[in-house]
Amino acid sequence: MEANDGATQVLAEDQDSFRVLVERHSRAIFRLAFRMTGNEHDAEDIVQETFLRAYRGLHKFESRANFGTWLHRVAINCALDHLGRVRRREEEPYSEGPRPEEENEPLSSIPSAGPTPERLLLSVELKKKIEGALAELSDRERAAFVMRHFDGCSIEEIGKALGLRGNTAKNTVFRAVQKLREALQPMVNS
Amino acid sequence: MRHLTQDELVLFYYREKGGVDRRQAEEHLQMCDLCRRELADLARSLEAIESLPIPERDEKYGGEVWTRIRPRLADGFGRRWNFVPPLRTWALAGSVAVLLVVAFWGGRVWQQRRTPTVATIPPPARERILMVAVGDHLERAQMLLVEVMNQEPEGKVDVSQKKQLAQDLVQSNRLYRQTALRDGQPGVANVLDELERVLLYISHSPDEISADQLASLRHQIESQGILFKVRVVELQVQDKQKRAGSHLHGNPL
Repeated sequence: MEANDGATQVLAEDQDSFRVLVERHSRAIFRLAFRMTGNEHDAEDIVQETFLRAYRGLHKFESRANFGTWLHRVAINCALDHLGRVRRREEEPYSEGPRPEEENEPLSSIPSAGPTPERLLLSVELKKKIEGALAELSDRERAAFVMRHFDGCSIEEIGKALGLRGNTAKNTVFRAVQKLREALQPMVNS
Repeated sequence: MRHLTQDELVLFYYREKGGVDRRQAEEHLQMCDLCRRELADLARSLEAIESLPIPERDEKYGGEVWTRIRPRLADGFGRRWNFVPPLRTWALAGSVAVLLVVAFWGGRVWQQRRTPTVATIPPPARERILMVAVGDHLERAQMLLVEVMNQEPEGKVDVSQKKQLAQDLVQSNRLYRQTALRDGQPGVANVLDELERVLLYISHSPDEISADQLASLRHQIESQGILFKVRVVELQVQDKQKRAGSHLHGNPL
């Protein structure tokens, strides 16, 4: 009986340990997931899935690695799986259209130094353009770009995370940047 | 010198190691208007992407995520029974009756064998979680201590961000210190105890401290060799973690 009580205590403390990790990394994973999907609800799902996968696969975590970095790699893979599922659903006939909240996101959240109507309009247009440009990337390009641009991962790290060889990883980043640049340059430089 | 290609500009922009000879590229950029303009255009396009707003999540968010995933963790590593077969009403009623009988007898036998616990996590996984959490904690604590040691002591020093991190670390530090004591590791518990005092000092400081206060804090860290001790404990934890998972490799999921 005593042994059981002890086990319960250890178990509760281990859950506390994992809780600390969840509380510490959730916001960063949400930001990453949102950049990958551009959708708040999907990002929420990915955050949860990431921690569940991390929990199940904790034995695969190398002690020398940084936990946050490893978790980001798990999140990237969750996001890729999610995007793959979404694309497959979209390819099916009679797929659902975009969610209403995707169509009516509040414009007030756009950062703006001076909210003149022209500036606001430009911000709205730019936001649409960026979203459109990101949506045009393949899932892999988007993952590679998010990892390089926002997470500061090296080409080598991106290759490892996405299962790509060095040159392929590099070319994936180049393609993503080129596509984004082509889409945004006219507007950014205007 | 030849112009930089688009790919080289990208590597230069991201400071990718081994991508392009940085010194040569910088020299060329100083002389070449065309490449400089190209680089500026590239930077503008990429920086524009950062203006895309991301919905904010407040500090409570981590707790909310935990609340949502916890039941799934506690049930055999998240593999929860969530499939209801399409039974007809009568069949369903019959099944429920059978289940009730089974649950009644099963429950009696189960209770005799085992006190209910919050989860069914195998012991190696439990140790792993703890080790990963402690490793993460020590890494963050080290970062904080290094930042304090490297802070410029000029006039009033803004420590508001460090204070926030210290407050966050104090709670988990206490948990790990108690665990170390319970597990019969007084050395580790002592280091965590010393670390906790520094964390408490920082977390109770005002947002801005004087150069003298910063010097006193640094002296506390230096005189007790806390940074060094934390590094040693972190290495021990890594070693333990490695042994706990030595039969498996660290691929992402």
